[in-house]
Amino acid sequence: MTSATQPVIRIENLTKTYASGVTALHGVSLDILKGEIIALLGPNGAGKTTLISIICGVATASSGRVTVKGHDTVTDYRAARALIGLVPQEISLEPFEPVINTVRFSRGLFGRPRDDARLEEVLRALSLWDKRHARVMELSGGMKRRVLIAKALAHDPEILFLDEPTAGVDVELRKEMWELVRELKAQGTTIILTTHYIEEAEAMADRIGVINRGRLLVVEEKTTLMRRLGKKRMVIELQEPLAELPGALAPYRLELSEDGRRLTYHYDTTATRTGITRLLADLAGAGLRVRDIETAQSSLEEIFVDLLREEEARP
Amino acid sequence: MNWIAILAIYRFEMARTFRTIFQSILSPVISTSLYFVVFGAAIGSRIAEVEGISYGSFIVPGLIMLTVMTQAISVASFGIYFPKFIGTIYEILSAPVNFIEIVIGYVGAAATKALMIGVIILATATFFVEVRIEHPVWMVAFLVLTCISFALMGFIIGIWARNFEQLQLVPLLVVTPLVFLGGSFYSITMLPEFWQKVTLFNPVVYLISGFRWSFFGMADVAVGASFAAIALFTGLCLAVIWWIFRTGWRIRN
Ligand SMILES: Nc1ncnc2c1ncn2[C@@H]1O[C@H](COP(=O)(O)OP(=O)(O)OP(=O)(O)O)[C@@H](O)[C@H]1O
Ligand SMILES: [Mg+2]
Repeated sequence: MTSATQPVIRIENLTKTYASGVTALHGVSLDILKGEIIALLGPNGAGKTTLISIICGVATASSGRVTVKGHDTVTDYRAARALIGLVPQEISLEPFEPVINTVRFSRGLFGRPRDDARLEEVLRALSLWDKRHARVMELSGGMKRRVLIAKALAHDPEILFLDEPTAGVDVELRKEMWELVRELKAQGTTIILTTHYIEEAEAMADRIGVINRGRLLVVEEKTTLMRRLGKKRMVIELQEPLAELPGALAPYRLELSEDGRRLTYHYDTTATRTGITRLLADLAGAGLRVRDIETAQSSLEEIFVDLLREEEARP
Repeated sequence: MNWIAILAIYRFEMARTFRTIFQSILSPVISTSLYFVVFGAAIGSRIAEVEGISYGSFIVPGLIMLTVMTQAISVASFGIYFPKFIGTIYEILSAPVNFIEIVIGYVGAAATKALMIGVIILATATFFVEVRIEHPVWMVAFLVLTCISFALMGFIIGIWARNFEQLQLVPLLVVTPLVFLGGSFYSITMLPEFWQKVTLFNPVVYLISGFRWSFFGMADVAVGASFAAIALFTGLCLAVIWWIFRTGWRIRN
């Protein structure tokens, strides 16, 4: 973070233990910068929704503190919440209400005077204008999700939270959603979104925070993090078992399986050279015959384990 | 005060009422008419008068109270339970509003609907019996306060309830019996001595008695006591709601 960019949201040591005894957050601290898109990446149950809920006032923290532009979200909640729009993970809408009414309601609820021209803009941007008089229950799932976004944008928030905006959304709509997020960013909105997918975080975010089991493992510029996340492994099955690795292959830092039949090579898909071509040539040069080759993306879980190990190894 | 937000909640809730306006008006008209047919004609032929007032007229205030109380509770409890149930409560919780504003919006809308129904019943009653109102200002005061306080109670029930059964439970097991036994259809002086004493522990007796006094100038209990009872009840509900929002009980999480 450069000294010029003030954080719009400052999260300090946030913990949350639910009444059921589950601790969903173990001391999360994070600064969110003005105008950035930050993706919170993590598997089911990581604590993403809990974190967002606390910032937005939907849940209470067990300890710790959040400020939005300097306003404490508990003691100065009016000022803090007025700046925020929230699109929840679950589709929750009044089924019998016409679209326009629920959007108008949202704007009023946040204390903004009625402005139908502005609502028209929002609804048009989300391709919902034609559906404005339809009752919510008559809409498709993707449209309902867009209604939720329209509601969140109705009061012109400076900060937008999108909790899994693309869950249950088809490819085309997903692209549109990404486009919309970029437009909002261009207008100066700060955006925090959550996702399960590395690719989605990569496509949309400036920075990525990886969260698992209630801990924020890393927060980094997307490009930096992708280098760490973009690891793949290649498993090479040999015709004949090998007792030990030939010296010529040492630079590749291969792992030899116990039965001597499999070699595992780790490489980085984002690097300019993966080293695969040379490795294969050197294998042939060392007289090893290959039966099969298999490559796989490191799974999210593997990456978490890796990250966790790396973080722990740091002084 | 965030009046825009209050108005937004109030309007949204009232829209729910007006969407079903026909049903909202028709059902109290029909049920009132039935009460007059059953109680007025059947029982009224045996009890000609209660303390100098024809039985048909005598039951009008009780009938209004009965309906207004149950309606205020059911509308208000449903009004806040439904967003909890379908999850739209997130928006209320994330909005820059305080609990007083939320309560004014929801309770105000429920009380308005109850009041509307009360007025409809009163109007319907005039088709069947002669209704005179001796203290109209007090009548309005009692009616409005009853609508508000029972809507407050409904609001609490709606937040407390974890499912639809619980939502019905308190009205069914507590409120309806208290209202029926609270002298809606009889003067408590008609009861044996012992039961008259027991009845005085029923808070609804004070409300109905005070309301009836505003019509006919006669009451089972002192009017001051009636007014104190309803003020106390309103205060109690407000205190509970204040505590609910302070602790986030059954709403945040
Ligand atoms: N209301 C609740 N009461 C009790 N435990 C809860 C509650 N909400 C969430 N949890 C628990 O807290 C943990 C974090 O849940 P959370 O919903 O924040 O995860 P998430 O990262 O949003 O997951 P997902 O990707 O599935 O949406 C989980 O173990 C979950 O079971
Ligand atoms: Mg979630």
